[in-house]
Amino acid sequence: MMMIRTAFSALALTLATPALAQEVWISNERDNTISIIDVPSMEVVETIKVGARPRGLMFSHDHKVAYLCASDDSTIQVIDVETREILHNLPSGENPETFALHPDNRHIWISNEDDNITSVLDVEQRVIVAQIPVGVEPEGKAINRAGTIAITTSETTNMAHWIDTETFEIFHNSLVGSRPRHAEFTSDDKRLFVSAEIGGGLHVFDTETREELAEIRFEIPDVHPHDVQPVGFKLTEDMRRVYVALGPANRVAVVDAQTYEVLGYHMVGRRVWHMAMSEDETKLFTTNGVSGDVTIIDLVRDEPVKTVKVGRFPWGAAYRPADS
Amino acid sequence: MSAYLRAMAAILGREALRFVTQRERFLAALVRPLVWLLVFAAGFRAALGLSITPPYQTYITYEVYIVPGLIAMIQLFNAMQSALSLVYDREMGSMRLLLTAPLPRWWLLFSKLLAGVFVSILQVYAFLAIAWIYGITFPPMGYVMALPALLASGLMLGAVGLFLASTIRQLENFAGVMNFVIFPVFFLSTALYPLWRMAESSRLLRDICAWNPFTHAVEVIRFALYLRLNIEALGWVTLTFALFLALALWGFDPARGIMNRKAH
Repeated sequence: MMMIRTAFSALALTLATPALAQEVWISNERDNTISIIDVPSMEVVETIKVGARPRGLMFSHDHKVAYLCASDDSTIQVIDVETREILHNLPSGENPETFALHPDNRHIWISNEDDNITSVLDVEQRVIVAQIPVGVEPEGKAINRAGTIAITTSETTNMAHWIDTETFEIFHNSLVGSRPRHAEFTSDDKRLFVSAEIGGGLHVFDTETREELAEIRFEIPDVHPHDVQPVGFKLTEDMRRVYVALGPANRVAVVDAQTYEVLGYHMVGRRVWHMAMSEDETKLFTTNGVSGDVTIIDLVRDEPVKTVKVGRFPWGAAYRPADS
Repeated sequence: MSAYLRAMAAILGREALRFVTQRERFLAALVRPLVWLLVFAAGFRAALGLSITPPYQTYITYEVYIVPGLIAMIQLFNAMQSALSLVYDREMGSMRLLLTAPLPRWWLLFSKLLAGVFVSILQVYAFLAIAWIYGITFPPMGYVMALPALLASGLMLGAVGLFLASTIRQLENFAGVMNFVIFPVFFLSTALYPLWRMAESSRLLRDICAWNPFTHAVEVIRFALYLRLNIEALGWVTLTFALFLALALWGFDPARGIMNRKAH
């Protein structure tokens, strides 16, 4: 009897909370909203009101909550994925722009653009546990899979700062091209990629020696070199490809992440900024700031398939897999 | 019935023979849109600006945009060429011979029209093959779905050509027709620029483009290439076809039309 009752309540629970489909969340910088795109239908299904000037956006590793940098409110908002409600605000330091979540799912490393500081936030205690002075206008953030190294790129100092996550100390600085915007480690932690917006290149470093392995350059016919400005990018898990948003060039570059050869360009909306990739790595979602839309690129067919309108100045993008 | 089909086969055969023997005509028909695609469109690649209009679902290059318009241009030139050959036939007397066949006039003219359309479709697919090599591709089924659309647009443009042929007295006048028909029809349509772009420069221009039957022919082809049916455009194309075919039949009527006028 007990078993039957348990089975019934389990069934009731399942019926009460329908499984969520795959989604991509987009932060709209000028609208103070998040647009939610349903991946199967490729349509915006919901828009959530959030804090002022939303930029950096990511999910917790268990995909139960979303974290959002509400830059002008100087806070990080925690949003329940199921109810879409803002659960609470977290301290972030002044003007948080981007962040990265440590593999422990507990510590968020934040770039405080105006204060030249990297803050480390404990999401359970809801306190800032460390503040590390870095270069001018910190922006890009990355933490390796082992959780031992955090990277902060500083836009004006043109550096990638290597920070020990145990001691909270910078142990190395790598000079990169002008205005570094984004950083990511390969899935094996052996290489670090850093984009330089004004410099126009994508720098690759060996994490062991911290030597620069390559600088990937982009040339697009009919696009002025000044308009080729690498910003956000995504590496595939197998480390074979890296997709690079090229800002006002309105293109996403497809790059061989082993040979560093540029394989081609996809046309997307105006001033493409950041991107999210589906878990099976078959779809890429790019935020096109000026045109206010998101272009969906089918990575199997190797072509953009749809562009959907979102809010004004979409900035960040985060992918959430379907509930199993 | 077999006499009808035999007549149609003979007319189609004659047109096919003319097509095969006149290689220059085939090449000229290809060179014209290719120059537009490879030279004109390449120059405009960055200048067009960006906006998404149906049937496109995402951003496209100008080369991709211009292809359906160039396809319609191939058919437009072909229709005019057919009309020219009709005028020539009439001057040479073979038209009189054709129309004295013991079959209804409308059937003979329709066969003549259809023959021209088939030739234009061959030219279009040759152009699409070159565009494909150049890197401009459409969904695979789009090439199949384009066929009925090409038939509809070809018939419409052919009927316009037929009507013009029925009104032109002499071959020499045809150059004027080319100037006064082909260029305005082509430029005042969505072949080169989408309607929103026209609206930016002039509301009147936009309205003229929206009313131009050639615009609807272009859009029928454009939508078909992306596996979509533009019913409104197809409706206008069909209506224009019916109207101009009727006018052409009236024009070729010996009692009232040009045949009569020429006899005087």
